[in-house]
Amino acid sequence: MLELNHISYAVREGDGELGILNDISLVIDDHKLVVFTGPNGGGKTTLAKIIMGLVRPTAGRILWNGQDITDLGITERARLGISYGFQQPPRFKGLTVRDLLTLASGDQALSKDKCCQYLTRVGLCANDYLDREVDVSLSGGEVKRIEIASILARNSQLMIFDEPEAGIDLWSFARLTETFEQIHATGSATMIIISHQERIISLADEVIVVGDGAIRHRGSAAEILPQILSDTLGTCPVLTKEAKAQ
Amino acid sequence: MMENEIDRELLEKIADMLGKPVGAFNIRKDTGCDGRQSTDHIHIDSRTDGHSGIDIRVDSGTVGETCHIPAIITKPGIQETVYNDFYIGDDCDITIVAGCGIHNCGEQASQHDGVHTFHVGKRSHVRYTEKHYGSGDGKGGRIMNPQTVVYLDEGATIQMDTSQIRGVDSTKRYTKIVCGKGAEAVVTERLLTHGDQTAESDMEIILDGEDAKGRVISRSVAQDDSSQVFYPRMVGNAQCFGHVQCDSIIMGQARIKSIPAITANCTEAQLIHEAAIGKIAGDQLLKLETLGLTEEEAEECILKGFLA
Repeated sequence: MLELNHISYAVREGDGELGILNDISLVIDDHKLVVFTGPNGGGKTTLAKIIMGLVRPTAGRILWNGQDITDLGITERARLGISYGFQQPPRFKGLTVRDLLTLASGDQALSKDKCCQYLTRVGLCANDYLDREVDVSLSGGEVKRIEIASILARNSQLMIFDEPEAGIDLWSFARLTETFEQIHATGSATMIIISHQERIISLADEVIVVGDGAIRHRGSAAEILPQILSDTLGTCPVLTKEAKAQ
Repeated sequence: MMENEIDRELLEKIADMLGKPVGAFNIRKDTGCDGRQSTDHIHIDSRTDGHSGIDIRVDSGTVGETCHIPAIITKPGIQETVYNDFYIGDDCDITIVAGCGIHNCGEQASQHDGVHTFHVGKRSHVRYTEKHYGSGDGKGGRIMNPQTVVYLDEGATIQMDTSQIRGVDSTKRYTKIVCGKGAEAVVTERLLTHGDQTAESDMEIILDGEDAKGRVISRSVAQDDSSQVFYPRMVGNAQCFGHVQCDSIIMGQARIKSIPAITANCTEAQLIHEAAIGKIAGDQLLKLETLGLTEEEAEECILKGFLA
């Protein structure tokens, strides 16, 4: 179980402070699929990074399976079963896809069959990719799918994905949503997915709308999707006018 | 041959040798010959011109054979210049494993300057690997200044992989490859310096013949207070294609200078160079940490991959 208690994060701006996240508290039960959604710049990625330890909160505590992990580093949290798929994964000259999957799995003797399974689940063929370097020769979408495969290989208890759909073509996206569904159905992991995609939102047990550094709405996909739509319209005077006209 | 642990370690590091190699070999140890074997097609002989070193002659049509010619120095105060000449016939496909290891526990420097000249016959393919490694805790320097000059005849190719692994205090490399018609040279250079080591690599690829191809991939890591200078140069004298790519990771207080140059003396010459120097990117470290590696393990993993 993951618990966030009164999490705040602020950065210095001139002589003052700019609040990015303000007093966020939430509990995510095991095996749940939770989607963070909301407007750009609202604080979703910062919140996810705080869970992984990539960003340190300026206030509040984080508990993972009852253990206070607020002061633990990224490595320690990873070893406690938290993993994170980056929105824009880095590239590595000299590290192959196989190297990355091997590192992620923690199994030095990771078989080709296993690699193949991970890559197939993100719509890539092992024969084409295993020995390729994760460098600039790969497209953004390919790197993104390899990033997601590395999280699957990690097989951790909590998987965080930051906009997994970004840069991925429609066919691969369909395969990806199936993979999320499968993980969810088997109950093998808790998943936090940052997403704007209705298809992914509709898979969620709970949708959390993060905006202006706070939780704006929480609820099931059926409850939240209409609210997201009305919020979206509400911020645009032209769309609001059109909506009213209808 | 290979009578002690130091010999064994050096030979394994520089030539992947775990005992007597298969095929032709010549093992040079502390200025002397520590073992030699010719085969029916590869003939190794001492030079007769007064220079130290060997002549290696490979018969035309020799395919699938290997020749090991490592040199090791296990004592302080040795300074040697060794001339090895390779005469490779036509239509060969062979592998040559060179390399130098210096173990120095003394106060005086030991230095090995290996001068290799290759004459590669028509349509022959040569894979040449050369590793340099230094060990021992003496204050005496471990110095290696290799010179490699290659002449590729029509349709010949060379794939040259050189690497300086660790422990070489000072190195000045000079590499020159002249490609004839349809010949191709692919050079991969890996270099790691640490402490206050210095390394200089001067390279010249001359694409002389029509349809000649040249490719240089240089990857280096400079740690601590070490310094590196690269001068890869590609010259196109005919319709040809050349590509120079230099990538360096800089760490600590190190200094790196990379000066690639391309020269076209023909309108049909197509030459490209790329050079980049940078530190390990923060997001690379973070990514590997999210996979459970410590920052030190992540750094080691990135460097190992980069220099692999």
